[in-house]
Amino acid sequence: MDRPESAPSGEPDRPAVPEQRAGDPYLRVSDLRVRFDTADGVVRAVDGVSFAVERGRTLGIVGESGSGKSVTSLAVLGLHDPKRTTITGEISVGGRQLVGQPDEEVRRLRGRDMAMIFQDPLSALHPYYTVGRQIAEAYRVHHPRVSRREARRRAVDMLGRVGIPQPGRRFDQYPHEFSGGMRQRVVIAMALVNDPDLLIADEPTTALDVTVQAQILDLLADLQAEFHSAIIMITHDLGVVSQVADEVLVMYGGRAVEHGSVEQVLRRPQHPYTWGLLSSVPSLHGDADADLVPIRGNPPSLINLPAGCAFHPRCRYADRNGDRSRAQVPELRPAGAPGHLVACHLSADDRTRLYAEDIAHVGVAR
Amino acid sequence: MARFLIKRIFSAVLTLFAVSVLTFLMFFALPRDPVSGMCPKNCNPERLERVRQELGLRDPLVTQYAGYMKGIFTGRDLGSAQGGRCDAPCLGWSYVNNEAVLDTIARVLPVTLSIVIPAAILWLLLGVGLGMVSALRRGTWLDRAAIGFSLTGASLQLYFVGAVLLLVFVYNLRWLPVPSYTSIFDNPVKWASGLVLAWVALAFLFSAIYARLSRAQMLETLSEDFVRTARAKGLAKRTVYGRHALRAAITPVVTIAGLDVGAALGGTVITETTFGIQGLGRTAVEAVRAGDLPTIMATVLISAVFVVLANVLVDLLYAAIDPRVRLG
Repeated sequence: MDRPESAPSGEPDRPAVPEQRAGDPYLRVSDLRVRFDTADGVVRAVDGVSFAVERGRTLGIVGESGSGKSVTSLAVLGLHDPKRTTITGEISVGGRQLVGQPDEEVRRLRGRDMAMIFQDPLSALHPYYTVGRQIAEAYRVHHPRVSRREARRRAVDMLGRVGIPQPGRRFDQYPHEFSGGMRQRVVIAMALVNDPDLLIADEPTTALDVTVQAQILDLLADLQAEFHSAIIMITHDLGVVSQVADEVLVMYGGRAVEHGSVEQVLRRPQHPYTWGLLSSVPSLHGDADADLVPIRGNPPSLINLPAGCAFHPRCRYADRNGDRSRAQVPELRPAGAPGHLVACHLSADDRTRLYAEDIAHVGVAR
Repeated sequence: MARFLIKRIFSAVLTLFAVSVLTFLMFFALPRDPVSGMCPKNCNPERLERVRQELGLRDPLVTQYAGYMKGIFTGRDLGSAQGGRCDAPCLGWSYVNNEAVLDTIARVLPVTLSIVIPAAILWLLLGVGLGMVSALRRGTWLDRAAIGFSLTGASLQLYFVGAVLLLVFVYNLRWLPVPSYTSIFDNPVKWASGLVLAWVALAFLFSAIYARLSRAQMLETLSEDFVRTARAKGLAKRTVYGRHALRAAITPVVTIAGLDVGAALGGTVITETTFGIQGLGRTAVEAVRAGDLPTIMATVLISAVFVVLANVLVDLLYAAIDPRVRLG
């Protein structure tokens, strides 16, 4: 890759990028499969997932722990250990193919074109370095010609942008001197310091209390409007998804089980697993005494996924179509409305009727 | 930071005071008469009694302790048989060696320092280096070789390793002179060639623990979230390992190193004996055997000073490495 020496300092060195056609999504993931070889067997953490995110849009990825949502995002950033991980499929970021590329190539995009906000802001920050130094470091690694003072100014600016008061003073403080919400802002400032086009937020609000959570989500929305970046919001919180996402991907056992716009997936969900997620969330407007309905059973083991539809042992409707749920893996198919996909053996009529009869009056599904 | 330092030094002084009292009580209050062992032959009762008087053994214990402490801080007058005026820091007079204890210490302490300090540098570099390499190359032959090396080191004894080294490098290959001590200020080359086998033997045995500890620490640190964050920022591997992982992994190693070095400075008896070098450790053992109380007292106190100093140093290093410690 050519890097002209005369590039003005302060501008990131962007390597030559294949021309991206207008309207192409910034991130395109096709048939992604991630396998880990462990002592207990092969873990199929992600098994054939596809999605795309355009600039300025937000995709919510929803699922329980172990559904493959975090593994997917780490694969996009190329953060899996290549020695123990096999990744196939396609990941294209801004027109560049990442799967199979040497780590050095992916490293240059990491933190600059695509950045990640991690779940636990305390453990995600290095306890021994000041927050300012950690942010400035993220800036300088992709702007090698920038001076320390310039990097400091940039980091202080970012701290201010994410709403940290007295950013000049806070720059020189350590992570343990910040509250949880402020720490998460630091992590966000660090992720945004290079104006990334793709931002992956892995449960960014899980560790925070509700008021702070709302502030952080607002902040992300503002920053997205400003930088026009594509965002992936990984969460198990459907409330968060309904607030920020344009599109939703529901994952179960390493596969996509439902995919569509927020309106489609949250208002007219088609998959019994999505129904389960919705029924287990309390509604502010509903009857306070009404029981929530948790999804029975536990998430499946990724080493030994149930045959057929991975959800069938927990599905109340698995017996409605003979042995198909047990024998055959359901494919992701159009579910009526354009862009709405579902992987379920139930017929469209069945799904509509069951949803109306059993689900629509429980929890937030109301 | 200044407050932390003052607090730490204050508690170190307290510890030393306690150690000095305890040592004093232990050795001077033992039921055995300290004087009888000093001259096995040709000692008539009058002479023994005079020695007791001169050592102050007839005084109350508190007076004896006060006198000893006064000697350390301001110097004191000992009897003419004990060399007369003894300037601070006065550690008393040894009837066995027939010299001021301070002179004995001044002769043997540089020997122990010359053995321990280079050996410690060597074992830290070797141990931490091996640990890092095997952590970063986990599962490869390099990792297995490093673990094998450290297992070997951990299961061998110093007198065995020392004897093998002596046999090979001094008596068979004749690459090195018979180990002896020369001051580094007189002849650095002779200093090094006379002590290098002791360094190697100590480093081989000690580095084993450090290799295993730093390997385990590094592996644990590499799985920390902040290391993943560092990689997610797009930092090069070298920076991730060197700047982010190493600094966190090294902290427990610092503790063990401080304690080990502190303890080793108090005397490396086996090493000194194996290589026939007269250092603090051998001096202490000989003093115990001869019942040479002032020398015993001095060696114990000096060892205690080293251990306490090492502890203070470890705490200061901790504070330098981990900002969260500075609050305390």
